Amino acid sequence: MSLDLTRREFLQGAGAAGALTLAPGVFLYAKDPEAPVTDAVRWGLLVDTQVCQEDCNACVDACNEEHNLQDLGRPETDAQWIRKLNVRDPLGGRTISLPMMCQHCENPPCVDVCPTGASFRREDGIVLVDKHTCIGCRYCMMACPYKARSFIHENLTEQLPDAPRGKGCVESCTMCVHKVDAGENTTACAEACHKDGHQAILFGDLNDPDSEISKRIREFGATQIRADLGLNTGVRYQNL
Amino acid sequence: MSIASTRYATLDAGRNYWGLLAVLAGVVLAGFAGFLHLEHEGHWITGMNNQVVWGIPHVFAVFLIVAASGALNVASIASVFGQAAYKPLARLSGLLAAALLSGGLAILVLDLGRPDRLIVAMTYYNFKSIFAWNIFLYTGLLAVIAVYLFVLFQPALARWTRAAGIMALLWRLILTTGTGAIFGFLVARQGYDAAIMAPLFIIMSFSFGTAVFLLVLAAACRGSGRVLGDALLFRLKNLLAVFVSAVLYFVLAYHLTNLYATEHHGFEAFILNFESLYSKLFWLGQVGLGSLLPLALFYSPKTRNCRVSALVGASLVIIGGLIQMYVIIIGGQAYPLILFPGMEESSSFFDGVVASYVPSIWEFLLGITGVGIGLILTVAGLGALDILPEDLSDPEPAS
Repeated sequence: MSLDLTRREFLQGAGAAGALTLAPGVFLYAKDPEAPVTDAVRWGLLVDTQVCQEDCNACVDACNEEHNLQDLGRPETDAQWIRKLNVRDPLGGRTISLPMMCQHCENPPCVDVCPTGASFRREDGIVLVDKHTCIGCRYCMMACPYKARSFIHENLTEQLPDAPRGKGCVESCTMCVHKVDAGENTTACAEACHKDGHQAILFGDLNDPDSEISKRIREFGATQIRADLGLNTGVRYQNL
Repeated sequence: MSIASTRYATLDAGRNYWGLLAVLAGVVLAGFAGFLHLEHEGHWITGMNNQVVWGIPHVFAVFLIVAASGALNVASIASVFGQAAYKPLARLSGLLAAALLSGGLAILVLDLGRPDRLIVAMTYYNFKSIFAWNIFLYTGLLAVIAVYLFVLFQPALARWTRAAGIMALLWRLILTTGTGAIFGFLVARQGYDAAIMAPLFIIMSFSFGTAVFLLVLAAACRGSGRVLGDALLFRLKNLLAVFVSAVLYFVLAYHLTNLYATEHHGFEAFILNFESLYSKLFWLGQVGLGSLLPLALFYSPKTRNCRVSALVGASLVIIGGLIQMYVIIIGGQAYPLILFPGMEESSSFFDGVVASYVPSIWEFLLGITGVGIGLILTVAGLGALDILPEDLSDPEPAS
């Protein structure tokens, strides 16, 4: 391999060659990294609140580990990409527990209000923040109906290559876009929930009628949180 | 004093003038030092957090921007509606508006998580965002005011005064609409998501801007030994009284509309039941101190012809205005977002509870920097340009 290959040429070659192990645990993408993201798929999550356990925090812990979200001992400013939300009906006292994160809306208010376009929605439905153009105005946090975003209030260290983060920018659940783009077809939270034996979180393609997520939604139905806002969320809930 | 013979002069650059500039420069520098510390440490040293994301800096910034729009009232009344009494004051109106706007914008920029990316904000635009539009509206108003002042300073361009005044009037109305829409367009928050935010902010701008103008005019006249006639002062005071009443009307309409809809009863109780801090600030600060007391001073037979009462009343309107901004901006965020209407919510991310917010000294420094920038530009402008008429005494009665 010539040393003056550009990074792009190298990645293209590697992409064509399929998965390539650079070092233990470090893989190049199995699919062509230059291939455009399209709306042929719409990635989504389905949460079954009947299965989700109130005392289980596996999805949150997995997310924090996957993206190295650290507990700095300041709960009011510490970043939380996913949290366990307990919802109690005052009439009768029924309580449910569910994971709450960016709902990856088709019409995201955060994207609408972002002055620089740093908040954006990919064609495959994943809503992200471009960390190069986020100016830290926090208007997206004002606009998000789900309180899904966190502002980074301090200097960070030891960030991971797959989770670029830094002081002064806003961030939120990426639906583990690095895993999705690597063709892993799962997220850290869904994986952890599965490992714990609850299987309350299911990841999949909402556009594919034969995907497990589509079949379950078709069979049992699913609800959007704040459906009245008309945002068409990519995260749906059962048994609310 | 006749309009045609209005003579303008700069402020005398004596010891008091330079002393005032030095004090204001100290305020700005202290605030800038606070900004550098904030920039180094990150926002965790402020009271702002992931629940209350906009704090004291935004209270000051939005107040200054709204007041800047209103400071142009006198220019609009003079140049668009042809009121002769205000024409000598049109230059000061333009200068003060530009200065206050600059102060407000400076705070917004200094509070950004990444102020070093200002160039990004100026080169990447999402035109569905009212924030992006406001960047044009704010910088555009500075340009429009510059044109307006240029026309005022050139006797040969006098016939263009009205056109420039109309441009400034329309621009500032759109600008304040855009500022109110920052909150009006937030669909998910109980305290916002209301079309009335835009006209409410316009009428707030009339009130706050006139109050600031009245005080700056009185201070400039006193500091430079000029006579400010009772007629002009009380005319401005009477105008301010109408605006204060109008703000109260819009606030009443906003809350009555919310009270009619059961879904907003929780938020309305939060602001109106006199239990939360925000409710106390609303009733005692915004309504009592900032509206009813000034109105009493402005209209009561015992005080309506008292100069001190007019100045005290205008000061109270400013204090009440800052409190109103606090209630709108902080109170609107402190009230919990409702994800499941009718349910009780709890989480590690403060769902379902009123968010806490304790502002730090660093935020106040940012806010005061903006005020300092606004005042230093005003004082420098008055010292460098022929802004202030030499004579603002009452016209002699016709014989």
